[in-house]
Amino acid sequence: MAPPILEIDELTMRFGGLTAIDRLSFEVERGAIHGLIGPNGAGKTTTFNVVSGFYKPAGGEVRLRGETISGLRMHEVARRGVVRTFQHSTLFAELSVLENALVGTHMSFPPNIFAAMAGVDKANRRAARARAEEALDFFGLSRLADELAGDLPHGHQRALGMAVALAARPDVVLLDEPFTGMNPEETRRMMELMVKIRNTGVTILLVEHDMHAIMGLCDRITCMSFGRLLAEGNPQEIRHHPDVIEAYLGGARHVA
Amino acid sequence: MTKLAALLGFGAILLALPHALSFSQQEILVFLTINVLVVASYRLLTLTGEWSLGHVVIMGVGAYASALLSKRLGIYVPAAMLLGAGTAAMVALALSFPLFRMKGFYFLIGSFAAGEIIRLLWKRFREPFGGPKGIKKIDPMPDFDIGVYVFDFFEPISYYYFALAVVGVSLWVMWRIERSPVGLTFHAVHWQDRLAEASGVNVRAYRTLAFVLASGFAGLSGALLAHYIGTINPNSFDVEQMVFVLTWTIVGGTATFYGPILGCVVLTVLNEIVLREAGFEQMRPLIYGLIMILSVLFMPKGLESLVRGALSRRNANRKMTGETEATE
Ligand SMILES: Nc1ncnc2c1ncn2[C@@H]1O[C@H](COP(=O)(O)OP(=O)(O)OP(=O)(O)O)[C@@H](O)[C@H]1O
Ligand SMILES: [Mg+2]
Repeated sequence: MAPPILEIDELTMRFGGLTAIDRLSFEVERGAIHGLIGPNGAGKTTTFNVVSGFYKPAGGEVRLRGETISGLRMHEVARRGVVRTFQHSTLFAELSVLENALVGTHMSFPPNIFAAMAGVDKANRRAARARAEEALDFFGLSRLADELAGDLPHGHQRALGMAVALAARPDVVLLDEPFTGMNPEETRRMMELMVKIRNTGVTILLVEHDMHAIMGLCDRITCMSFGRLLAEGNPQEIRHHPDVIEAYLGGARHVA
Repeated sequence: MTKLAALLGFGAILLALPHALSFSQQEILVFLTINVLVVASYRLLTLTGEWSLGHVVIMGVGAYASALLSKRLGIYVPAAMLLGAGTAAMVALALSFPLFRMKGFYFLIGSFAAGEIIRLLWKRFREPFGGPKGIKKIDPMPDFDIGVYVFDFFEPISYYYFALAVVGVSLWVMWRIERSPVGLTFHAVHWQDRLAEASGVNVRAYRTLAFVLASGFAGLSGALLAHYIGTINPNSFDVEQMVFVLTWTIVGGTATFYGPILGCVVLTVLNEIVLREAGFEQMRPLIYGLIMILSVLFMPKGLESLVRGALSRRNANRKMTGETEATE
């Protein structure tokens, strides 16, 4: 079997006295859609924050293709191929939709100030623009390219967040609740796009409360509660796992 | 085409302008031209979201460096000016290491402290900075002849043309930077540094780049000033000057490239016509403070918002008339 692309190994994260992640371990297979679920406050977003380099863990490590990436800064993690979206629509609200996507192409087409001043970066700019337009097109946002990102309805903002991430052509993308604010029809279309993305070879780690989407999409699911690993398995196994049912019924409003 | 015509017309006005002014007004025009570069460079710094209180001191670094290089080492003045700009940029680079460990309010205070330390060094070290008295008899620009025009730098008009050229080129460079992918990244860092970083942007490096570039242009403006007035001292670059720069920038607005320039021009004209004529010149800091507060309260988006409003109304009107024509 191929080695996992992402390994979370005994990861621990504390905020003062609160242990938000407690010796969490799981592996993500290359090319999989891997779900990370758990009741509110379980530590899912915190896990993303550590994996993406926003926080330094208190213990344990994260490995990408066997290389330790925990402790690197966020842009260094991104440059190794791991790009994330944020739970609360985090966009450049004051910039246009196209400009948002252009920022996503930053790593593939790094700006060069000398070339820009001399006006010899035309090819680079054109390629970046083509890539950005392609990402917008993929998410059906092309006709909104000139709108301000902040003016978009919520569902479109989530889609744009993903377009920005995907414009970077990552190897692994971490999506934090991508379907919130979408109606069932939008969610269904978005699920089809997820499968398409995965089929291009991108590995997806997905945090989502929409159980229908999670069960329909994921190859494998990790369930956590109070920062700890609760269960892991395929959708069938997770759906019927007594600890998972208990955690959801005992703690939270989101029931499958 | 109309844009080009407008630009040419504007250029012609700028060239003709000093001929309509008195000698003392011409001198003010030179200062205004230099200050336009100061505020435009200040905006470049604020593009990534950090506001500095050390910008005028950095401008002073350029002034001191250029003055000393030409006076002590006999370096040709225009070359000394460029080296002064480079020195200001290098000093900014060195300062960026401690300063960019801070953000927001702390950066503001840190930049103020850094500026005061530099001013203390100027005061403390008579050699080479001349102590509290500063540097006198700074070499003027050497006269030169470009065929169609003879630059005689005894005349403010000649210095105005020279400064206009230097400032014009600088603004053009800054404009190109802002419109480039580098400029887009500056904006991205400003509006959402977390998302920018998640997209692979080295946020710290871009903040530093904006700071260093802005400081280079500020240093250039300082050098322009030094070789015009001939005397500089630590008080030429004190916090009062910084308050002026802040006022111009805030009153003008920072959302557009022209906002701070507009603020600088409007307030300078106001100052010269109203305050000086009415004999209120001494109260300038007080009145500037008042203007700043009033504009924050009643015009938080700056003078530029008035221009933008007028422009979008005109465009809307055009569209309307265009549509009615089409339906007819
Ligand atoms: N920056 C922080 N400082 C202090 N506590 C934090 C911080 N971030 C998260 N926490 C705490 O850590 C725990 C895990 O939070 P986290 O946001 O990771 O949960 P989550 O699983 O993403 O929840 P949700 O489903 O509601 O998004 C919570 O108790 C939260 O209050
Ligand atoms: Mg969360």
